Amino acid sequence: MTGEPLFEVFVRPRRGLSHTHVGSLHAPDAEMALRNARDVYTRREEGVSIWVVPATAITASSPDEKDSFFDPAADKVYRHPTFYDVPDGAKHL
Amino acid sequence: MYGNDFAGPDAGSDGGLLGQVEAAEAALRAAAHRGRVEGDPAALQDYFDAVIDADQKIEPRDWMPDAYRRGLVRQIAQHAHSEIIGMQPEGSWITRAPSLKRKAILLAKVQDEAGHGLYLYAAAETLGITRAELVDMLLDGRQKYSSIFNYPTLTWADIGAIGWLVDGAAIVNQVPLCRCSYGPYARAMIRICKEESFHQRQGYEILHTLSHGTPEQHAMAQDAVDRWWYPSLAMFGPPDTDSTHSAQSMAWKIKRFSNDDLRQRFVDMCVQQAGVLGLRIPDPDLRWNSERQAHDFTAPDFDELMRVIKGDGPCNAERMAHRRRAHSDGAWVREAAAAYAAKQEEVVAV
Amino acid sequence: MTTVDYVLRLGDDALVTAQRLGAWYAAGPEMEEDVALANIALDQLGAARLLLTYAGELEGAGRDEDALAYQRGPADFRNCRLVEQPEPDFGVVIAKLLLLSAFQLPCYEALAGAGDERLSAIAGKARKESAYHLDHATLWTLRLGDGTDESHQRMQASFDTLWPFVDGLFAGDDGGPVDPAELRKAWTSTVEDVLGRATLTVPAPVAEPTGERTHLVELLAEMQQLHRAHPGARW
Ligand SMILES: [Fe+2]
Ligand SMILES: [Fe+2]
Repeated sequence: MTGEPLFEVFVRPRRGLSHTHVGSLHAPDAEMALRNARDVYTRREEGVSIWVVPATAITASSPDEKDSFFDPAADKVYRHPTFYDVPDGAKHL
Repeated sequence: MYGNDFAGPDAGSDGGLLGQVEAAEAALRAAAHRGRVEGDPAALQDYFDAVIDADQKIEPRDWMPDAYRRGLVRQIAQHAHSEIIGMQPEGSWITRAPSLKRKAILLAKVQDEAGHGLYLYAAAETLGITRAELVDMLLDGRQKYSSIFNYPTLTWADIGAIGWLVDGAAIVNQVPLCRCSYGPYARAMIRICKEESFHQRQGYEILHTLSHGTPEQHAMAQDAVDRWWYPSLAMFGPPDTDSTHSAQSMAWKIKRFSNDDLRQRFVDMCVQQAGVLGLRIPDPDLRWNSERQAHDFTAPDFDELMRVIKGDGPCNAERMAHRRRAHSDGAWVREAAAAYAAKQEEVVAV
Repeated sequence: MTTVDYVLRLGDDALVTAQRLGAWYAAGPEMEEDVALANIALDQLGAARLLLTYAGELEGAGRDEDALAYQRGPADFRNCRLVEQPEPDFGVVIAKLLLLSAFQLPCYEALAGAGDERLSAIAGKARKESAYHLDHATLWTLRLGDGTDESHQRMQASFDTLWPFVDGLFAGDDGGPVDPAELRKAWTSTVEDVLGRATLTVPAPVAEPTGERTHLVELLAEMQQLHRAHPGARW
């Protein structure tokens, strides 16, 4: 099998901060990649803006490179561990 | 196994799991801010060693020894496969969850595991292998996934036991990986471990509710713990006497604690937590050893572990069949999407 | 005045949709799509919980979201038959999502601005989710409709199979701020536009089949079995 094209994903975590590389994903095209990026990388309100870039379009320096639709997650408090009542006395959870 | 080739210094220490993950993240940043490591990147092996000595991260386009690259690919891929196959035992209870709140939590958890698989495949791909190749190796059996997912989920209480014990053991294994020397893997693990904490807590909450519910519910919870205890202990891998962790892995900072050390930490944590749950750990020989300042316990059946890894577990065939079916049933969709993308490109080109 | 049945209708559509999508764990054509389908299921389930809770309050008989979800039989479920249809392949999942979200979006938009405060708060949140669902279904309908010959045929077959059930989306004004029948124009123009761009044919009108709702009976049996086996238990 050949597999779908690889896209690198960049997320601006909050207003005032730059886009940061968060990982990559596969999608048939850029439009789908953008949607997938929202679902995969911002499930916990981690972003205010996303870029997707075809991995083939990136030219990297070498070898010591410098690393370089929202609001639906706000009500999913059960994703955050503080949502759970840890019974009194239970440690290391 | 579930990432037990790597181990770092902080698993099981005080301060909570999230605290340890945050400490690992802070250490990563602090090391990065100490500036570039002295030395000449052209002196390949020497510079690689110097970066690791300085606790900084090896990044994708850096030179690295072949064995380091191969070991990481195998390890990260196996970990990614485990996340993806690991969706199945719990996923089968989404449609049957006994309340809408539990249904939502379970859906979100299983979705997270898919996300974890994707983060990890992405990390593996930075090492020069494609996800398609990795998936092929899973589907044709060349690469493995954690043996734990070859056990069946017989009752709702299994969802609680998996969260508490399986996600719990995974966390003990994985928190040290947040300090592993390969940057993309360390960063993926930091992200994953932060999410895992919710998984363990939701499982613990399920068991706590069942244990303090009706007598039938309590019995269901105890039965689940009875069945998942030893397979969870086996997640830490074979005993140190049989395991071949090399001095090389230690030097590369991709292994610091032995399987038995991590297993011991896990047991010590669980004993206290089981007490609060009001559930019994199914080991008559489990007791505090004041000399060792640790619990003595019965080791899991490692012959069974080997049999399950080799494919002879209760659900190996079912898990692989499910994955293969999803892959082949989706072929027409992937082909269509590729064909559509090609057509759009033609339109643009004209 | 909003009636209990009106709110149940909205809530049951969302709940049954979430139940169907929940069965797609680890079965999508790509792992990225597994994550997307779970997101949509979570949105539908979230809306269902708010709506069922509100229905229970309107009813005033002390039934909460779980009592309504788990302790009503098939005869008391108010959802349209479209949402309970089985999903033998991904094409049907997408076709169904397109038909449903093209209805839910204008419905929630209208409710968000209508007289019932509780409903308008719920709809205000749900309409953003519906917009995303419609977007997702549209992107896939275009790719599958205008992809390969096989995908085109499968997509057309999916819409043909579901078409007898589209009238049900607009049936029965159970007494609420927005009459579903009034949404048909907006729905038709959305669906015809997407199908046209996807090189698919809008099927001719077909009457909804009558008879036992066996799909709903089976769906509820699975969903309710554990809950009902332990009367009065907490989870
Ligand atoms: Fe995970
Ligand atoms: Fe997990």
